Amino acid sequence: MLGKTAGGLLWMFRYLERSENTTRLIEAGFRIALTRPATSDDEWASVLDASGARAAHGQRHATTTQANAIDFLLRDPANPSSVLACIEGARNNARLVRTALSREVWEATNECWMEARRLLARPVRERDLPEVLAAIRQQSALVRGALHGTMLRNDIFNFARIGTFAERADNTARILDVKYYVLLPSISQIGSPLDNVQWENILRSVGGLRSFRWLHGAEITPLGIAQFLILDGRMPRSLAFCTAKIAANMGYLEKEYGARHPSHALVEALLGRLSAASTEAIFEAGLHEFILDFLSDVAGLAAQIETDYRFYG
Amino acid sequence: MSDAPRFFDELAAPGGEPRPPYEGYCAWFDGEDITRLRRKAADAERFFRRTGITFNVYGAEEADERLIPFDIVPRIISGREWARLTRGIEQRVRAINAFLYDIYHRQEIVRAGRIPERLIARNEAFLPQMIGLAPPGNVYTHIVGVDLVRTGEDEFYVLEDNARTPSGVSYMLENRETMLQMFPELFSHIRVQPVQDYPTRLARSLAACAPTGCSGRPVIAVLTPGIHNSAYFEHSFLADHAGADLVEGTDLRVVDGRLAMRTTRGYTAIDVLYRRVDDAFLDPLNFRPDSVLGVPGILDVYRSGGITLANAPGTGIADDKAIYSYMPDIVEFYTGEKALLPNVPTWRCSEPEALKYVLDNLSDLVVKEVHGSGGYGMLVGPAASKRELAAFRAKLEARPANYIAQPTLALSTVPVLTRAGLAPRHVDLRPFVLVSPKGIDITPGGLTRVALKKGSLVVNSSQGGGTKDTWVLEE
Repeated sequence: MLGKTAGGLLWMFRYLERSENTTRLIEAGFRIALTRPATSDDEWASVLDASGARAAHGQRHATTTQANAIDFLLRDPANPSSVLACIEGARNNARLVRTALSREVWEATNECWMEARRLLARPVRERDLPEVLAAIRQQSALVRGALHGTMLRNDIFNFARIGTFAERADNTARILDVKYYVLLPSISQIGSPLDNVQWENILRSVGGLRSFRWLHGAEITPLGIAQFLILDGRMPRSLAFCTAKIAANMGYLEKEYGARHPSHALVEALLGRLSAASTEAIFEAGLHEFILDFLSDVAGLAAQIETDYRFYG
Repeated sequence: MSDAPRFFDELAAPGGEPRPPYEGYCAWFDGEDITRLRRKAADAERFFRRTGITFNVYGAEEADERLIPFDIVPRIISGREWARLTRGIEQRVRAINAFLYDIYHRQEIVRAGRIPERLIARNEAFLPQMIGLAPPGNVYTHIVGVDLVRTGEDEFYVLEDNARTPSGVSYMLENRETMLQMFPELFSHIRVQPVQDYPTRLARSLAACAPTGCSGRPVIAVLTPGIHNSAYFEHSFLADHAGADLVEGTDLRVVDGRLAMRTTRGYTAIDVLYRRVDDAFLDPLNFRPDSVLGVPGILDVYRSGGITLANAPGTGIADDKAIYSYMPDIVEFYTGEKALLPNVPTWRCSEPEALKYVLDNLSDLVVKEVHGSGGYGMLVGPAASKRELAAFRAKLEARPANYIAQPTLALSTVPVLTRAGLAPRHVDLRPFVLVSPKGIDITPGGLTRVALKKGSLVVNSSQGGGTKDTWVLEE
């Protein structure tokens, strides 16, 4: 496979994953705004933070309102990571790697883009927001479904999956980073009503509220959340899960190519650190520091993969 | 219909009854509900959008990806008509390859006085770098798209020989695919010769042209200028269906005297490069130094026999519009036979008498730039305004050698589906020809381009033309 194609596949799925995560963030922010109107502007600021769009938004708007935050995150051309821009990025990369995709994956991606362009052609009205967000997520689920149902399990598939999980790991870590202060145990062990809303909201941002309850019942605690989102290998958006997936996909590449690269050592080391970690130790050493380290490790890993597999000349 | 006597109607005989190739289709059509067909036409458009069969338009700001309009009424050619056409095309393509070999070697045709030397030596499309170089298998034009127009029952003319990088074959294939999906019942009634194996035939034909040193299965790649090129869809389509890699200049490099592509496992040598990049951009060391689309040193690899370039550099000299007017001589010179397919009469404006005639009759003629393509920079006299005519007259007088002129051809018509039902529109035909040492392979059919505007004779997609599926019937 061409190095460029591997890079295109990885980015195609990174963008798709990012668009999906942003819709989740918006959904969670919107929900908090509905239930706790008083705190909602702060909430939108932290949503903008988690999607890395706060600085760009600040240049565009003097104040943060729900309407301008949502529009910025969804479709503002000034935001290179808007949902629409990400879907467009995914589709452009899909065009670039068209020869590596099954017809179904390509068509699902193309339809996802056409649908997103239609839904986001103008600002989304508040009453349409839940439906629009769900429709966009459904489109990207169709791409993922086509990928799983129609693609060979070869290097093409592995690069696509590495892109997905590198992005997801990054996104979950960012959400934790923006919210780490509400998880700090010093505030309170038993949540106030406000804490409970905040904690719930973190879980909602990663689509994990329901599964958390399956595992832990109704009692939400900061330690429980951290355990769930960082170390629980069953939670498909946790840092441990994503890292294990990247390691597995890189292992398949090693086997298929018969070649081991520096990136293999990096991912194994990262995975090793996560398996050895406990929530208690993480809190003790500092949750914030832990997350910053993780983000920089994932970025370093992505850069090494880029070099090892010759994405660029 | 006022223009009925002037133009050959491919569907209807003068009495109004369908001509033999259309009998089966018309019988089916008469039983169809027009609203259903209109709905089908809308379905087809959605199908094309979803599949992403689009082309990029230069200079169009918004909606940079457009669909080429597709008309659901097929253009039908009988097996007998087709057999006659293929003989003419094959003869012409053989002559073109012999001509190219000669022009880059001994230039017998110039020595014999059949073509003026200045037309070769001073032609921008002539590449001195190719002199004395024999491409693998002596094939210059691996892929040719010969543009034909029809003016009567048995009258076909060659309008252009596209010997550089003819495009449109993906539309031929997707048009058929669309028709098969929309009207399966038609294909079980009417026996249409298949076109769907074109990509396989392309791969086979290219493989047969691999350098002599190549052992095993040749590695084939398609070189595209990139995703912003107007024909990018086609490049990726062909690479995909022919099992080739789709590469850009940035993926390539010369490694150990071979052209190689950067893969996830290192550099892999390429045997055959189907390049959809113009000569001038192919190699910044040997041609345009500012080109970022090509590969430095690729021509040196070519010269040493390390790679097959399809088409060979320098083939543009054969489809140059100034050379075009000599094609009947060229065919005769190399095949010893009269050309089976006639040329359109052509005035070379470089010749003073011809220029005078052209200037005197500008409003009746079609004037083309010698090196232009795609309908850009072209004047259609009968359709031009006074101001356009005057502007073109000035251009002609300033650089006469830059132009040729031809009569406005009475292009045949085939019906399209309009709001009001079927209505005749003018068409041309581009069959696709594959050339290898094993032989010449012509896919039955080709791309029918149709001028969708009533009365218009310009079929180019860049000028509002559409396409149709082209059926060649089994005998």
